[in-house]
Amino acid sequence: MSLTSILFASAFYFAAAVLVAGLLYRVVDYARTPAPLKIPTTPAPTTRSGVVLRMGHEVLLFSSLFRSNKWIWLFGYAFHVALALVLVRHLRYFTEPVWLPVALLQPFGIYAGMVMVAALAMLWLRRFVVPRVRYISAPSDHLWLLLLILIGLSGLALKFVAHTDVVAVKAFFLGLLYFDWQPLPGDPLLLLHLTLVLLLMIGFPFSKLLHAPGVFFSPGRNQVDNPRERRHLAPWAADLENR
Amino acid sequence: MAKLDFDLPKLGPNLEIPVLQPDAMRGVGPYVAKPDHQAPLGFPGELVDDWHDVAIAKMGELLGKYRSFKVYLDSCVKCGACTDKCHYFLGTGDPKNMPVARQDLLRSVYRRHFTLAGKYFPKLVGARDLTKEVLDDWYNYFHQCSQCRRCSVFCPYGIDTAEISMAARDIMDAVGKGQKYCNEIIGKVHKIGNNLGLPEPALLDTLAGLEEDIEEETGVAVRLPVDVHGAEVMLVTPSADFFAEPHIDGLIGYAKVFHQAGISWTLSSYASEAANFGMFIGNYENMRKVSLRIRQAALDLGVKRIVFGECGHAWRVAYSFLNTLAGPFDFLDSRYPVPQHICEVTHDLIQRGALTLDPSVNDDKVVTFHDSCNVARASRMGNLPGGQFEIPRAVIRAAVNHFVDMADETIRDRTFCCGGGGGLLTDDLMELRAKGAMPRMQALQQVVEEHGVTHMAAICAICKSQFSKVLPMYGLPMHMIVSVHQLVGDAIQLGTKD
Repeated sequence: MSLTSILFASAFYFAAAVLVAGLLYRVVDYARTPAPLKIPTTPAPTTRSGVVLRMGHEVLLFSSLFRSNKWIWLFGYAFHVALALVLVRHLRYFTEPVWLPVALLQPFGIYAGMVMVAALAMLWLRRFVVPRVRYISAPSDHLWLLLLILIGLSGLALKFVAHTDVVAVKAFFLGLLYFDWQPLPGDPLLLLHLTLVLLLMIGFPFSKLLHAPGVFFSPGRNQVDNPRERRHLAPWAADLENR
Repeated sequence: MAKLDFDLPKLGPNLEIPVLQPDAMRGVGPYVAKPDHQAPLGFPGELVDDWHDVAIAKMGELLGKYRSFKVYLDSCVKCGACTDKCHYFLGTGDPKNMPVARQDLLRSVYRRHFTLAGKYFPKLVGARDLTKEVLDDWYNYFHQCSQCRRCSVFCPYGIDTAEISMAARDIMDAVGKGQKYCNEIIGKVHKIGNNLGLPEPALLDTLAGLEEDIEEETGVAVRLPVDVHGAEVMLVTPSADFFAEPHIDGLIGYAKVFHQAGISWTLSSYASEAANFGMFIGNYENMRKVSLRIRQAALDLGVKRIVFGECGHAWRVAYSFLNTLAGPFDFLDSRYPVPQHICEVTHDLIQRGALTLDPSVNDDKVVTFHDSCNVARASRMGNLPGGQFEIPRAVIRAAVNHFVDMADETIRDRTFCCGGGGGLLTDDLMELRAKGAMPRMQALQQVVEEHGVTHMAAICAICKSQFSKVLPMYGLPMHMIVSVHQLVGDAIQLGTKD
């Protein structure tokens, strides 16, 4: 076992722990914070199942964004769908035998990688050329896009420019899953790709990437429109009544 | 009309996104509340010495109390979808009037004090300390948001700048920097019962005079009853309906509807105000206190139903919050929703054939309808989502023969605020109000030219006052703005059902 392998193995455990614990902390925190008033953006569904449908539209189709701005929707949607496909493609490194749907989606994952980088590049371009978006961009907004683009490019380069020993890479990650550490190939490009992914995992729960869990907790989108039928009293608001 | 000391945006054939004009609306904001205005609401009289620590502590408190506040501060990805949606941005070009930039005034401080990234890498994530300059910027720009929720419709996460500006105002009140206009008014409601501070004798006098006017005009004795014990309906309406034009014609319309339908009703001198400015300042306790007056009045008068008059933000508080703040209303007639909107009542009566309307009375008018922001995006009427759009339109169509809608992207849930909502309907914000009205004026101008629209109906006291003021600035007649129930009142054939 090389020092690099040990370092990366430890780093992945650390990053996974930060990602999971960080997100769990956020989700529990969001769930525990009361929403004392009914504030769905209306027209809103009047039933629970209607809310599921509304949320489904938002999360799977980005429907509000579509109404808002077709360019942001196009690039943003392309990026997210491509990212999902790329993640599915990468499941082959974590499953043995590889699940059938994952196997079938392998070639699409590669195209998705290209789409992902292109869409990210367009999103980044907007931060420079649209004055309104340039105004609201902080350095971190640029850096997240840069990080994702570099992850995509280094990944594509591993496919098209400088192959690594993918069998060994898979053995490494399966080894992490089963606590049976295996060596990681030392190709610089692979190590770069993985380092960037580690940064993404660690930064996720401390950044605007929290929009992923956040959208599910948005009272404007997840509340049922029934305030006349039911009271919606938060515990701290109920205390006011008992004074 | 007096000459304006600022330049109004031009109304073009299309709504253009303005070029960024940094600091175009920089300033000191509206008049700051005096100690006399602050005290009755439970706020410190003037900026406290340790305002920084108090503000941060208040922010922490709100983060623990409001999920919306926390989730919305965390979730924004700066995609830019909202940047061209705010009427104040469209009218002024000031980048801090872009919803995300307005939120960032507060989000930057949140990040500095409540997130790891902001604590250790403030520059990287745009975090900054709460300085006096930042506080002044808050005061100025959080009083350039009418809490109309248009941005939230277009946000992929439903982030609602109204929630952020309400929290910001609550924080500013907590450190003693309140807004005079809102806080003075809330104080009047706590003390007297309405925004105007109109005491009971004056109210009775005004209404008696109105009754005479109606009888003179129609020959029918239509009543405007106050504090009638045991009436079926208690009507809670914005106090502007008692004296302002065109509001008062709406009040006459409600009275005629109740009269013809044979519904016994009453106003309350104790709860003589529908509006609840407690929402504007984001303060739950004050909003609740104002709401409880309505509950108390309903109990005291022993009524069976509560109906709200035409008022936008009021209807939001009434529809969305009243049951929560001041319920349960199990002492009222359970066959009716609590509360009901006057448009729901009138619509039901029209459906049942209980009203005789002659729309040809209004044949001199081509009418369009302004969806008031908080009715459109923060409430409902009837049983179906979107009833808040259909029911007022159905009522108007029953009362007029010529109705035209404005452009699709400016109505229903994409409607533009009038420019005066959310506690901004004050003369010290006139430039903001005039410029913020531009998108609505543009859409109106278009239907005036294309369809010969002569009148715009609205169901909000603020909208009506605001439009009366800004229509002439844009070269449109002041009397274009009418109450929906003025149209109804004019079309009702009194005496046909008696």
